[in-house]
Amino acid sequence: MTQPVSPPRDTAGKIGPAGRPATWRSLSARADVRTLSLLGVLAALVVIGGVTKPDEFLDTRNLQLVLTQASVIGVVTVGMTFVITSGGIDLSVGAIVALASVWATTVATQEYGFAGILFTAMVVGLGCGLVNGVLIAYGGMVPFIATLAMLASARGLALQITDGKTQIVTIDSVLRLGERDSYVLGVPPLVIVFAIVTIVGWLLLNRTTFGRRTVAVGGNSEAARLAGIDVRRQRLYLYLLSGLCCGIAAFLLIVLSGSGQNTNGNLYELDAIAAAIIGGTLLSGGRGTVTGSVLGVLIFTTITNIFALNNLQSDVQQIAKGAIIVAAVLVQRRTARTA
Amino acid sequence: MAPEPPLLSMSGITKSFPGVRALDGVDLDVQAGEVHCLLGQNGAGKSTLIKVLAGAHQPDDGTIRWRGEPVTLRSPIAAMRLGIATIYQELDLVEHLSVAENVHLGHEPTAAGFVVRGKAARTSTGGLLKRLGHPEIDPTRLVGELSAAQQQIVSMARALSHDVRLIVMDEPSAALDPDEVDNLFRIVGDLTADGVAVVYISHRLEEIRRIGDRVTVLKDGRAVAGGLPAKTTPTRDVVALMTGRDVEYVFPERPVGEPEAAPVLQVRGLARDGEFAPLDLDLRPGEIVGLAGLVGSGRSEILETIYGARRPTAGRVTVEGRTLRPGSVRSAVRAGLGLAPEERKAQALLMLESVTRNVSVSSLSRFSRAGWVDRRAERAAARAAVRELSLRPDNPDVPVRTLSGGNQQKAVLARWLLRGCRVLLLDEPTRGVDVGARAELYAVVRRLADEGLAVLLVSSEVPEVLGLADRVLVLREGRVVHTAPARELDEHRVLDLVMEGSPAS
Ligand SMILES: Nc1ncnc2c1ncn2[C@@H]1O[C@H](COP(=O)(O)OP(=O)(O)OP(=O)(O)O)[C@@H](O)[C@H]1O
Ligand SMILES: [Mg+2]
Repeated sequence: MTQPVSPPRDTAGKIGPAGRPATWRSLSARADVRTLSLLGVLAALVVIGGVTKPDEFLDTRNLQLVLTQASVIGVVTVGMTFVITSGGIDLSVGAIVALASVWATTVATQEYGFAGILFTAMVVGLGCGLVNGVLIAYGGMVPFIATLAMLASARGLALQITDGKTQIVTIDSVLRLGERDSYVLGVPPLVIVFAIVTIVGWLLLNRTTFGRRTVAVGGNSEAARLAGIDVRRQRLYLYLLSGLCCGIAAFLLIVLSGSGQNTNGNLYELDAIAAAIIGGTLLSGGRGTVTGSVLGVLIFTTITNIFALNNLQSDVQQIAKGAIIVAAVLVQRRTARTA
Repeated sequence: MAPEPPLLSMSGITKSFPGVRALDGVDLDVQAGEVHCLLGQNGAGKSTLIKVLAGAHQPDDGTIRWRGEPVTLRSPIAAMRLGIATIYQELDLVEHLSVAENVHLGHEPTAAGFVVRGKAARTSTGGLLKRLGHPEIDPTRLVGELSAAQQQIVSMARALSHDVRLIVMDEPSAALDPDEVDNLFRIVGDLTADGVAVVYISHRLEEIRRIGDRVTVLKDGRAVAGGLPAKTTPTRDVVALMTGRDVEYVFPERPVGEPEAAPVLQVRGLARDGEFAPLDLDLRPGEIVGLAGLVGSGRSEILETIYGARRPTAGRVTVEGRTLRPGSVRSAVRAGLGLAPEERKAQALLMLESVTRNVSVSSLSRFSRAGWVDRRAERAAARAAVRELSLRPDNPDVPVRTLSGGNQQKAVLARWLLRGCRVLLLDEPTRGVDVGARAELYAVVRRLADEGLAVLLVSSEVPEVLGLADRVLVLREGRVVHTAPARELDEHRVLDLVMEGSPAS
């Protein structure tokens, strides 16, 4: 009774595209047009850097610097990617990084040494994420408003804690992490942390039920609810995740600068959102890519570096970034239409 | 009839999507003043053809002649300028705009070229709604607040707000009640009397017979028959053309004897103020119970409340003796309930995702260990479910957005098939599903019931409820007016009950 009448020609007799070659095919399929075009842009930037400042740009130290700078904002962007994929937004990331970095570097915290700083940064990040998450998921607040409020209050609190002063870190084990002799095979520890966060983020989004639920909530939250997903709890987890990423980023920033300041993380929210969007994450939710976001971050950091090496002003940089965002979105719309 | 060229003549229309040739050299002739029906199975290419006609898709090949002149329809606006209006299968209204704003979207009456004359728009919208037999719809209401049937009327008003020569309707009756359908046919009659041509798509063959003049049948992107007389071609011939086989349009046999097992689902005094009155219901394993009633009689609300998607104002739901937490979908799903909701696009589908992921989303825990998804198992299971419902294309990796309407519906059913629930709540399960697939679907539902599933079915098509269900509850204005075994009822009796309510008592 339920036999197919005329088995569709092409699939008859084929037992699914399993077997060796399939893994290759799916690999190349996954490296889609968008990822390739982002890689192309990055390659072009490296060429530009190499041509305009051959000695300085391709110098190992410079490349290490670029990657280190990318690490801090990169970790934040991975968290942001999840939030945006779920159809939300987190405007408070920069402020959370600031608050976490100053709270973790107060004299009182530094008494507890390395662990105290690390622990405090993470807990402050998670705490802010918790507040965001509860307000949005259970309080029914619009993410834009809730996280905007968090932005204002976290920055305010950071200023209150520091009184506008830079808090110098005196713990040697923390400072040493940023120095050359702790590089592993030439790779700075900060970059290793970034790489780990990226890999974990990729796996979380693409291989776990958590990732599936995130995409489902972003794609159609009503459908997700009716499919039996606890949409509110999922939202809470997502803002917690973003907060945790901010905590990690704050720790990286402490290592990098040897201090905590209330002005840290300024405009990170814009950079992280922009990197995620040019990477291919849909601002309306339902589709996200960690790979794309990381490439977006690398592209932005490389541009900043090239501009700095060529002594161009930061206003020119800002204009170039804006142009790139527009160009990337236009390219994506084009590929989306033809694909 | 007339020596002049047909109003519209499409020939050799070809359109491919990546991996699918949706249309392969299709011809279609439409005369002024006729109702031309377009038939075909799910995925045959009907919607694609009319999207080409509406200027929404560009054909890869083929020519379109309008009153004998070759034309290119570069955009929906170009088609509208010629007088071609389209009512799409998936409603395309803006929920946050008012009825009048939707009707005049894109061609608002203006003063000085840009100031919208809201009053004029509202007045003309009111006139159109009256002409459509729905003066009760307020032009200032937000479209999102209207029922599906009312939204359908608004789309129709939008189509009529232009100076139309040809109206295309893609499954307009799918969301309508019998008397709404009568109203629709009256409108179609008025239009054709004025010389407007109508291209009408539906999976309900009896409708074609009622209003159609000629029929074109599509199969796998080709026109297998063009311009057949709608009234005299035997149904079985049409079905055979569509499906390439003889489908017995029958319902699977009911098992003999009453189900004996203890009820799996018990509903006691469940009510929602303003939606439906306290309801008692027992559902045994192996039993299919149908809810018959008009749109707005509270059928979908009842299903959604049982499922926890709406919070009841009174009463409780028990599954195998365990009382569900009121208003909690999670608790219902965990207890083994599944819902295939009425609005698949808004309530069920993740449009950007593949069929696999749409199917597996409710059963993720089955394919995962410690949160880790076993994608191979997931895909294999999704593929099996897709095969079982003969969903086309049968590749579960394609995005659900590219499926035809009926196949999207099957994807939703596949989700609950895969989950293997104890109680399945089906809300209009065959809306937009073609005849061949319907028979398959009925067979699947009955087989699942024979395996011990309990099914609660809502359908606007009375024959479907009577044919598939064992027991029928007839609802009117949120109240059960009659309960009887399905074999003791017939369509007339149900329609009488639904409209008038129980005569005695
Ligand atoms: N945007 C798209 N991308 C890829 N494939 C598509 C797209 N739109 C339609 N198709 C495919 O084209 C074929 C014809 O689809 P179409 O929507 O025209 O079917 P239909 O006859 O209207 O079916 P139904 O009765 O289910 O509405 C299907 O195989 C469908 O999967
Ligand atoms: Mg269709």
